[in-house]
Order: sequence, then structure tokens, then C-alpha cells
Amino acid sequence: MEFGWVLEYRDLLLHGAFLTCVLLVISVVFGFSLAIILAVSQVGDNAIVRWISRGYCTFFRGTPLLIQLWLIYYGLGSYLPYIPGLRASFLWPVMREGLFFAALALTLNFAAYQGEILRGAMLAVPKGELEAARAVGMSARMILRRIWLPRAIRIGLPTFAGEVILQLKATPIVFSVTVMDLYGAAYKIRQDTLLIYEPLLLVTLFYVGLTFAITQAFQKLEKTVPVQRQHSI
Amino acid sequence: MKHLGKALALAAFMFTANAHAEIRFGIVNEAYPPYTTKDASGKAIGWEIDLMDAVCQDLKEKCTIVDVAWDGLIPALESKKIDVIWSSMSITDERKKRIDFTDKYYSALAGIVGPKDGVMGVAPEQLKGKTIGIAVSTTHSMYFKKHLSDVATERSYSTVDESFQDLASGRIDYVFADTGPLKEFLTTDLGKGCCEFKGNVEPDDAILGAGVGGGVRKGDDELREKLNGAIKAVRASGKYAEFSKKYFDYDPY
Repeated sequence: MEFGWVLEYRDLLLHGAFLTCVLLVISVVFGFSLAIILAVSQVGDNAIVRWISRGYCTFFRGTPLLIQLWLIYYGLGSYLPYIPGLRASFLWPVMREGLFFAALALTLNFAAYQGEILRGAMLAVPKGELEAARAVGMSARMILRRIWLPRAIRIGLPTFAGEVILQLKATPIVFSVTVMDLYGAAYKIRQDTLLIYEPLLLVTLFYVGLTFAITQAFQKLEKTVPVQRQHSI
Repeated sequence: MKHLGKALALAAFMFTANAHAEIRFGIVNEAYPPYTTKDASGKAIGWEIDLMDAVCQDLKEKCTIVDVAWDGLIPALESKKIDVIWSSMSITDERKKRIDFTDKYYSALAGIVGPKDGVMGVAPEQLKGKTIGIAVSTTHSMYFKKHLSDVATERSYSTVDESFQDLASGRIDYVFADTGPLKEFLTTDLGKGCCEFKGNVEPDDAILGAGVGGGVRKGDDELREKLNGAIKAVRASGKYAEFSKKYFDYDPY
């Protein structure tokens, strides 16, 4: 075991860890927002919207993330420069980076999984609670905002923790579109120094540590919003 | 069932027995045209494969090809899964710490390709502020770190092929790699349309290496000497020039 390289590659590793966290946060925050729209439209009454959402979820859950990433980066991304004016615009410095496409692919993918889970959670909210809300005169919108969604999110919370961890472990594929995340840094170190195990061990520790932190955070969250378990009679 | 078991055992025995009688060449399984790539049926082809065939013919040895990922080549050699690394590996001091090299069999000149804008030259002041695509952990990446990292930005790709795609779509300004693959790219439709050769960078033998050679295990002098002799013979007999003509309009040695 030899760890002398850690100092030399410190900046690369720190920046890589930072990018991994950035990708995780962006994709979870935006993905979750999109998931709410997907879930609500799937339990809603509008058939067209329902089918669009269902199609979206089936497509993104039914294809490998790597293929989605490459379709977006090398497919969609290689046509962007031909849009007149885009290359000269202020958006170009962002849109020429792999990070933009990586975040986009991860977000779209996360939203599809999360949307399905949230849809299930919404259906699991006891009918009685929604009826009670209606009985006190809440509008449909208010029920959704105050009762249905918060209850569904609480029901789905233990599953969300698992999904966020899965999302963390999906991030290393962004290296294939030139994003130097933590895995990318380890890959480079591995090839530069010809050491195989040490860089991988180091990043393994980081991923395990981050997973532990995510688990702890969700446990705390679950405790702050206790659920009244329903006892069957 | 019993017979099948026996047959399998026999096959396994024959396989291991054979494995020692032949030279196993480790070839990278990522495409690196024109040196090594695969045809539609998955067969390895390219300049280095032609050279390997010529060398093996000269040695009168049976040679087999083992596909290995670029970063797995040195570990595969050390763990005796292959006997020779035959994959455009530049002879550098860093690598010499782990493995031995044969004499060089071609020279890898580093060059830069960029968009067709008429601006030629690759001096550091001309690369100022540009984003340069480089295959990760190559000699070029090390060269960049030493000579260009103050003026330009590096974008890492796992293979040089992927960087060409991004060069064509304008996401990077230049690609820095060996002249061989760069010139090969410029003969494709994609390369012809977008890009041109900008020039070779200032040499730095300490980093870019003294040419490309076959890698052998430390202390495997017998094989190294044999390969050196064969490379020399192939070069002297004119065979080297003959198959090189198929790929290059210059002498790659």
C-alpha cells in the first residue's frame, strides 16, 4: 500500500469530490421537483397528461442511464452548436461543458424513478384523510398542497433515502463525458501512478462515508416528522 | 455427463499447455486507429497488428492476441496474463520503473488538430485560453501539465476518439495527441469537414518518450532480445516499409 500520491493529487481529488456532491445535489433537487409534477399528473384526471408522464417514466426507467447520458451528450449536445447565435451567447460556456449534460441526464433519470415512487406513495395516502379535507371545505389544490403531497412524501421518505444513495452511486458514469468527478480523479491517478487499488480504496471510503451521512440525515428527517402508524382492527 | 467432464478437462489442459508455447500479445481493446482497431467482425486489424504478424513470422512463433483495456496492460503483463504489451505504449522513464521495453518500433510525434480557421502554429501563446482535449493519462497529458497548463485548459477523455467528436461539434478548441491518429481522423468525413492539422509541439523526450516499443516483464531479457532482433529484421527486409505504406504517407519509424 502506498499513499504518497494523495498530497500530489490533493486538488484534483477535492475538486472531484466537490463535483460528485454538486451533481448529486443538483439531480436530487431538480429531479425531485420534476418528480412531483410527474406523480401529480399520473394520479390526476387528464388522460393525455397522464399518458405523457407514464411514457416518460417508462422510457427513462427502461433504458440504461449510460445510454441516456451518451444520447444527450453526444446526440443532442453535438447539434447544439449549430443553433444560430448559441455559440456567441452567454449560455455557451455552460453548455459546452460535460457537467451540464451530466446534470441534465442524472436529473431526468432520477425524476423518472422518483415520480413512480411518489405516485405509489400518493395512492397509499388513506382515502379518509382526503375525504376529511374535502369535508372541511378545502379546494382540490389546497388538499394537494397541504394534505396529499406532504403525507405522500412522508410515506415515501424511507424509499427516497435509498434512491438518493443509488443516485450517488450512479454519478461515476459522468466521467465518460469528460466530467472529472471523484471517480474520474481516481481513474487519472490510477493511470498516472500505475497504482490500481489505492486510488480505488480512497474513493470507496468517500462513497461509503457519504452514504453514511445521507442515511443519518434521512433518519433525522424521519424522526422530526413521526408517522402515526395505522393499526388494523 | 462424465464424458463431457473429461472432454472439458482435456480442453482445459490443452489450453494451458498451449498458452506457454506461444507469445501472448496484449492489445488495447479501445480503438486506436490506424495502429490497432477492430473490423466489423471483431478481428483486430491495424498497423501494429501487421507489425506483430511480421515479427512473429520472423520468430517462427505462434502469437495470440489478448484484448486488454489500456490501463490494465501493465497489470496484465505483471500478472502473466500477457507476455508483451504491443499497444502504442511510449517508452517513458515512469513506465520503465515497472516494465522493460524493446527497442522502439515507431516514433510517436505529438501534434495538435484544430478547427479550419487558417490560424496555424501550436506555440503556447497561440493556445492561450483554449480548451484542449487530451486522452487521460497519456504522455500528452503529462506534457500538457508541464508545458501548457499555465495558458490552456485540459479536458480529459477516456479515448482520443471521443475527443474528436467534441472537437467537431466545437465543444473543445483543439485535440492534442499522436500524429498517427490525428492524421487518420483528418481523413474521415467528420475530420475533413471541420478540422486541420495545426503542427507538432516542441519535443520533450523526457516526457513524450523515446518512441513506442513493446513492453515486457522486468528481467524477461530472452523475449526482449528475441523481439529486438525480429524488429530489426523486419525493418531491414523492407517488410516494415511495405505494410506502413498502407497506413501512412511518411515513414513512422
